[in-house]
Amino acid sequence: MTILKVSGLIKRFGGNEVIRGIDLDVEKGERIAVLGASGSGKSTLLRCLNFMEMPDAGTITLDGKLVGHREAELTLVRQRIGMVFQQFNLFPHMTALGNVMEGLRTVRRMSKPDAEARAERELARVGLADKAAHYPAHLSGGQKQRVAIARALAMDPELLLFDEPTSALDPELVGEVLGVIRSLAEEGRTMLLVTHELGFAYHVATRVIFLADGTIHEQGTPDEVLKHPRRERTQAFLARHKEFSL
Amino acid sequence: MAYQWDFTPVFANSELLAQGLLNTLKVTGASLACGLVLGLGFALMRLSRHRLASWPAGFVIEVFRTTPPLVQLFWFFFALPLIAGIEMTPLLAAIVTFSIQSAAFFAEVFRAGIVSVERGQWDGARAIGMTNGQALRRIVLPQAIKRMIPAFMERAIELMKTTTLVATIAYADLLFAANEIAQKTFRPLETFTVAALIYFVVITAISLLARQLERRLAVSGESTVH
Repeated sequence: MTILKVSGLIKRFGGNEVIRGIDLDVEKGERIAVLGASGSGKSTLLRCLNFMEMPDAGTITLDGKLVGHREAELTLVRQRIGMVFQQFNLFPHMTALGNVMEGLRTVRRMSKPDAEARAERELARVGLADKAAHYPAHLSGGQKQRVAIARALAMDPELLLFDEPTSALDPELVGEVLGVIRSLAEEGRTMLLVTHELGFAYHVATRVIFLADGTIHEQGTPDEVLKHPRRERTQAFLARHKEFSL
Repeated sequence: MAYQWDFTPVFANSELLAQGLLNTLKVTGASLACGLVLGLGFALMRLSRHRLASWPAGFVIEVFRTTPPLVQLFWFFFALPLIAGIEMTPLLAAIVTFSIQSAAFFAEVFRAGIVSVERGQWDGARAIGMTNGQALRRIVLPQAIKRMIPAFMERAIELMKTTTLVATIAYADLLFAANEIAQKTFRPLETFTVAALIYFVVITAISLLARQLERRLAVSGESTVH
C-alpha cells in the first residue's frame, strides 16, 4: 500500500533549483535510506515531504489524498509525518517529559494526566524513563536525540523522517541513537532516513536512494546500490566514503 | 557661612510625597503594561511579510523613537484634543504617550528577541503539527522573553525617570509634589534630595527583583545571568 506519493517535485531557493523533479512512492513498512553528497538536495527533499519547505511545483499525496497549502491542512499532515532533525531542536525551556508532552497537549489537546502517561511511555521506549525531569541542557547529544525521537513518536506518525539524525553527535554517541532507530525499524515502521552511516543503511534499509543534483540518480535494494552500484557518480560517492571507513 | 541642612519641613509634607510617588508608579506601571502588549503587536506587524502590516508599524516605531518625549506628551495633551476633539486628562495623556513610546522601544526588543531564537525551534514546533501562532506562543516567545528581561528592565527604569515630564502638564507625580513642597518650604535642596533618594530606592528595589526573576527563569540552564 502506498502511503506517500511524490510526483514532479521541484524546489528552488532564489534562482537555485535544489530539487529538480523527483518522483517517489513510499510503501507502508518501507525503510528508505537517502544518500548523496552535500548539496545534492537530501535534506531539502525530506523537508518538502512534511512541508517544512513549500515545494515550488509537483504534488504530494498522503494516503491517496492530495495535500494542499492551507495551514490547517499542513499541521494535520505534519502530525502524521514525524520528523527528527540533525540538531535535535528540542525546546530548551521544557524538561524531556515536557518536550514529549508538548504536541499532545498543545496540538492534540490531550488532558495533562493522559499526555504525561503517554510521554512517559515514549521516553521509556527510547530508554530515558529516568531522564524525564531533566532539561535538554543537562542531557548528552545522544540522549537529546532520543528525546527528539520520543517527541516525534508521541504523535503516532505513520511515516518518520530522519534528517541526518547522528551527524551532530560525537562518534561514541551514534550507536545509542542508531539502536533506537533500528528498534523502530524492527517494529515495521515506515521511514525515510537521510544518513552518512552507510553500514547502517545497508543493514536496516529496504531501499536505498542516491541523490545527485536534485534528482534520483540511482535507486534499488541496499545490495544493488551499495555493493553493486551501476552508475559512475554513485560509485565515486561510495569510493570516497570508503576511504574514511577503515 | 555653611548651609544649614534641615529636612524637617520635607518630612512634614511626606504625605504629599507619598501621593506623588503613587502617581508616578501609576503612570509608569500602566504605560509599561500597555507598552508591552502594544509593543508585541508592533513587533509581530513588523515581522509580518505583508507590507500593509509591517510599514505602518515601522513608521510609528520610528516616529516615537526619534522625537523628544516632551514634544510627544505636549502633542497628545494639547494638540490631539484640538484635532480630534478628545477630552484629555493629564493622566490619560501621560499614559497614552508613554505607552506608545515604550511600545516603539519594546517592539524592537521583541523583534530582536524573536529573531534571536534559532530557526530550528520553529522547525521543531511545526514538525509536531503546531500552527505558527502556537509555535510563537509556546516555544519561541518564552525563550525570547527570557533574553529580553535585561532590556525591559533598562527601559522600565528609563521610563520611570522620563515620567517626571508629566509635571509639565500639571500631573501631580513625585517630582511635581517635590517642586510644590520646595516652593512652600523654601527648602529645595532638601526636598529634591529626598525625591532623588526615593527614585533611587524604588528603582534599585525593582532591579533586584528583576535579577531574582532572571535567576528563577534560568533553571533550564539558558540564562542571561552569569
